[in-house]
Amino acid sequence: MTLNTTPNIAGADDFYAELLALHEGRSKAESDAINARLILLLANHIGDRLVLSDAMQKAVSAGRG
Amino acid sequence: MSKIFETPLYPYQRSRDQDALHLVRHPVVIIGAGPIGLGAAIDLAQHGVPVVVVDDNDKVSFGSRAICFAKRALEITDRLGCGDALVDKGVLWDTGKVFFDTREIFNFDLMPDKGHHRPAFINLQQYYFEEYLLSRLRELQAEGKPIDLRGKNKVSAIGKHDDHVTLEIDTPEGPYNIDADWVIACDGANSPTRRMLGLDFIGRVFEDNFLIADTIMEADFPSERWFWFDPPFNRGQSALLHKQPDNVWRIDLQLGWDVDKEKEMKPENVIPRLKAMLGEDAKFELEWVSIYTFQCRRMEAFRHGRVLFAGDAAHQVSPFGARGANSGLQDTDNLAWKLQLVMAGLAPDSLLDTYNQERVYGADENILNSSRSTDFITPKSDTSRIFRDAVLDLAEVYPFARPLVNSGRLSVPCTYDGSTLNGPDAVELPVNLRPGSTALDAPLKASWLLERLGDKFQLLAIGVDIPDGLEDGGIAIESLRIDASESPEFARRYLGGARQAVYLMRPDQHVAARWTSFDKDAVIAALRTATGRG
Repeated sequence: MTLNTTPNIAGADDFYAELLALHEGRSKAESDAINARLILLLANHIGDRLVLSDAMQKAVSAGRG
Repeated sequence: MSKIFETPLYPYQRSRDQDALHLVRHPVVIIGAGPIGLGAAIDLAQHGVPVVVVDDNDKVSFGSRAICFAKRALEITDRLGCGDALVDKGVLWDTGKVFFDTREIFNFDLMPDKGHHRPAFINLQQYYFEEYLLSRLRELQAEGKPIDLRGKNKVSAIGKHDDHVTLEIDTPEGPYNIDADWVIACDGANSPTRRMLGLDFIGRVFEDNFLIADTIMEADFPSERWFWFDPPFNRGQSALLHKQPDNVWRIDLQLGWDVDKEKEMKPENVIPRLKAMLGEDAKFELEWVSIYTFQCRRMEAFRHGRVLFAGDAAHQVSPFGARGANSGLQDTDNLAWKLQLVMAGLAPDSLLDTYNQERVYGADENILNSSRSTDFITPKSDTSRIFRDAVLDLAEVYPFARPLVNSGRLSVPCTYDGSTLNGPDAVELPVNLRPGSTALDAPLKASWLLERLGDKFQLLAIGVDIPDGLEDGGIAIESLRIDASESPEFARRYLGGARQAVYLMRPDQHVAARWTSFDKDAVIAALRTATGRG
């Protein structure tokens, strides 16, 4: 399996709003903790080590910083 | 009452070498009478190789120090003839509990796979471990085995030559010199031998301090390993509680980097810390207090001509995961039979290079594992702490996160994948007994499998006819026929789904090669490969 980088989320705007709502009114520390837990939950769901490595590399290389 | 570690067990005695007119040359000199040096001495002496062991001390280890002895180390001491004494005295445990803040977040069972003679771990003070090895050494001496243990003999100079090593040794009665064909340096993490030879010891420093308090108390905590992340009594740090024999409890408190060690070790500072953990009314006394920092590092090479390094002298790991003394015993397990074959002229000198090759591989695996544990226990950046805490929070609720919690991984022997001593593999047999693996124990009708393995090359045949008397170049192979019906564990571990198998086993109970049928030429070729004559 390879990392799916084509649109795959139905209702993209709803998803994005839900993601932001998670962090509303929270401190930076709370948000960081939620993000970390979210990454770990999703990573376990994916499971495939090659896909996870690919996603980690793409997360780094897509950034501008 | 004086403790065993306060009693001279091998006091200085003048040796004949000190009055000899000519320099005496010994086949093997072992520097250091700690667990690794004693293990090496017993192993070689059991094979009839004369050994001289020198140590600058005359007692067993001061304080508990190493306390966790893993299954593989116990199996090695079984082969050395003292496993029962260790296991009888040691505290058995197989449950670990993990706490985060004030909550117990989960517990685990170390060895769900039953059918092994030895447990996953025992806890035993290093001074007892050394005492029992010393008793075994004395027993061998009484049987006339050639072991000469010299207390208060401190090596003060060492010279390497092509065909021998020179040693200058200081004693209470002044210095003397001896020569050795071979030297095994087991003189610990600060190895004077390594320093005198100007050899490297490179790795990573972990900037943290840990307080060890071995505490004698009557307590009804169960025989489990309890590990705390960020507990209320040691905020922002970790803590460990572990039971040893004689009501001694190992308490290990992370202190952080910027501490005054002298001050932290004073009882008036240690006792309040322990009361915060154990309760104001807890009754205890301190047996041994120490503060340690650690590094994960190894020598670039464990063999330097005729000087071979083993144990902490060759490699140092963090204490998390019990990979110090346990891996040191695996060093000498690997070395003794090779040295014996080379000394007997039955294998080329290059066989000893495979000691370096295989044990460097093992050390790297141990350093990797213990570094990872340390990085989890003591996060080095804000982000690593965020992920660490996320793992712990998730682990309380969801099983998926529990394998990510790393408070020290079970010390298991490495498999020498890629070793030049490995022969052919039969891929239809179980993968975890591939060539380079340590033999797995299994119950047999009248004994345990590992009681029948070791100290020589053996051909283990399961459901295959093999002849007796196999031999090549003076190296004999013992034929061992064991039926798959002896136990389901034996059949499952050694056959898997196959109907028959032939394993060539090394003297250190490792798999050299394996097949699903017998072919004499193939076995002899694998024996040659496994002894560096391929």
